[in-house]
Amino acid sequence: MKVKRTEDDTAFDETSDGRDSEYTSRLLSDGGQTARMFDDTEVTEVTRTQQFAEVVDESIVQPTKIAWSDWRTKIGMIIISLFFFMGAVTSLHRHGYEWFNGALAAVGMPWQLGEPRAQQAPERFLRPFESWQYPLGTDMMGRDLLSGIFWATPQMIQMVIAAGVFVTVVATVIGTTAGYKRGNTETVLMTLTDIAMTIPGLPLVIVIVALIDTTNPFLLGIILSINAWAGLARSIHSQVLSLREHSYVEASRTMGVGTSGILRKDILPNLMPYIMINFTFAARGVIYASVALYFLGVLSYDGIGNWGVMMNMAYAVMGAFEVPGRMYLLLVPMAPVVIVSFGFILFSQGTDRLFNPRVRTRHEGATKSEAEDEDTIHGPVK
Amino acid sequence: MNWHLKRAGQALFTLWAVVTLSFVMVRMLPWSAEDIVVAELIQQNPNLAQNRDMLRRQVQDMLMIDPDASITEAYVQYMMSVMQGDLGTTYGVRSGEEVSAIIAGALPWTIWVMSLATFGMFALALALGAIMAYREQSAFDYSNSAVAIVAASIPYYVAAVVFIKYIGFSDFLFLEMIPARNRLPDGVAVGLTFEFVSGAFRHALLPALSFIVTGYGLTALAMRGNSIQTLGEDYVRVARLRGLPDRRIALRYVGRNAVLPLYTWLIISIGTMFGGAVILEQLFNYHGVGYWMLEAIEANDMPLMMGTFIVLTAAMVVAIWFGDLTYGKLDPRIKSGDEGEAY
Repeated sequence: MKVKRTEDDTAFDETSDGRDSEYTSRLLSDGGQTARMFDDTEVTEVTRTQQFAEVVDESIVQPTKIAWSDWRTKIGMIIISLFFFMGAVTSLHRHGYEWFNGALAAVGMPWQLGEPRAQQAPERFLRPFESWQYPLGTDMMGRDLLSGIFWATPQMIQMVIAAGVFVTVVATVIGTTAGYKRGNTETVLMTLTDIAMTIPGLPLVIVIVALIDTTNPFLLGIILSINAWAGLARSIHSQVLSLREHSYVEASRTMGVGTSGILRKDILPNLMPYIMINFTFAARGVIYASVALYFLGVLSYDGIGNWGVMMNMAYAVMGAFEVPGRMYLLLVPMAPVVIVSFGFILFSQGTDRLFNPRVRTRHEGATKSEAEDEDTIHGPVK
Repeated sequence: MNWHLKRAGQALFTLWAVVTLSFVMVRMLPWSAEDIVVAELIQQNPNLAQNRDMLRRQVQDMLMIDPDASITEAYVQYMMSVMQGDLGTTYGVRSGEEVSAIIAGALPWTIWVMSLATFGMFALALALGAIMAYREQSAFDYSNSAVAIVAASIPYYVAAVVFIKYIGFSDFLFLEMIPARNRLPDGVAVGLTFEFVSGAFRHALLPALSFIVTGYGLTALAMRGNSIQTLGEDYVRVARLRGLPDRRIALRYVGRNAVLPLYTWLIISIGTMFGGAVILEQLFNYHGVGYWMLEAIEANDMPLMMGTFIVLTAAMVVAIWFGDLTYGKLDPRIKSGDEGEAY
């Protein structure tokens, strides 16, 4: 049954949070209003889905729309989603759902995704863009390079997710606690952060990897970002230091809201841009480091689980440097590293711009008088 | 407390923490370096399994730890020897040689390349960022922002590979002057001669460039953003109204305040570079500390690996301490120790 929503209903829904019990008791306390109950229950039933739609709209649709309005985040998001799409398609393929190949064939693409193995293609050392059946060419064992690039993505995505979550959680907890609590807590936590920041990440990672030889992508992701949280923790810490002096935080404190409540409600929302940007940096850092360590053969591998593995084979086994005409074996797996990192950087740059109020108003020319002001301030400097 | 003293204390504390961390990795973890060494020694010489004394002596020689000592005893032993500059002896790469001797021969070269890269990158990034901010929304700004983002997306080792192949191996005109291998031309001795200085510079050029080209972009963009923000501040307007010379405004009012928030950023990039040295030195066959670290890992040479780790970290602690001193010069506020109350 369709119910037309009135302005009042909407106001009710927002306060009731969609919970029936609260809603009912509210009406009963109204006394004479009980007669309307049945109508209203139906209204709530409709609004529940609507409320769900609102939540989705507020937390997903709106930010995406805002992000989409900037060309940087737009391109960044496209590239990142493509990366994740490749990962999804490949894992589905590995589990036997080969609809992607079907779609390719239906569109008329001669290329098919397949597990990279020896003699996959009849021709070895096929250079890129020579055959549409193997668009990026084949290597010494006749493996299709494009399939190899696809094949590596699921493990890399697992690493990226593990690292991003690890870095964000550790840094946010340490940074906000230290910045808000001050005193000894701050001294201890920030000393820890400074030490973690001072230890050069890669050597520490290399030593740890040499000691524990693991191939679990989640564990590797955490190891590779073992001290990447320190930089984010430090910038969150300094942000919190300035935020905590704001009057609305002081108001909460005066009202007796607990530390965790203030951190969650007043401080964290302001930190979201930093956290998002650093999530992308952590992701990029893990891709960089993992590709580098596979490339130099520090991490042991078993099958193509990373673009660095392809680079390592090209560099160490197939003589990409020495033999003329084989450089493509190195350049082909390098290209996706650059493209994905380009996507992450564009995304973080755009996010920075969207959340940085000064830059945003300046670029949208908030008001006329302000724009004129800016002109006088930034007048040509000789 | 004196600020300089405090910073020095912090640096020393970090050093202590790093050596302790490496002790943990050598001794205390369930998959520690010590276990690996013992297993390796017994595999090389099965008689050692019976001759425990001999085994103990060899392990102590390599890792500065008696495998049968208690943890506290071993810790004291380890700290004492590291403080005396003893980092053990290698068994894989250059068997029997002292780790500290190998590293001492390599460290100046790493520091040379790293300082070239660091100064080159920051000079380029800060200057470009400031100019871009001043000419905001000009063609110069747009084109350079685009180039900076693309350059920042390239991993340094990818740049290194491309440089090695297309510049280092190239014979084209002056490009043959820029080599892609080793630290010095063949047969040039260390000394204050023209051959040595120019040779060292030419050989360090490509490794340093790999860092500069791929690292300057984000720093320049951050500097640009900060400068734009600072240019909007009231005190800059007041300075203009007071008729101060543009040069003074650009350097003292805008430049200085725009660099300060980049500080954390700069420290992280120094760290990234020191880490990157491990990979670049391997690619360029440049025998610095990072090169030996990878060689050690390939040969499963635990003493050399732990030694290079300690030294690389120590070098970075010193670099950051040095950076802190300059930061104190830029921002006098941090020395006053004004730190608000604790809630």
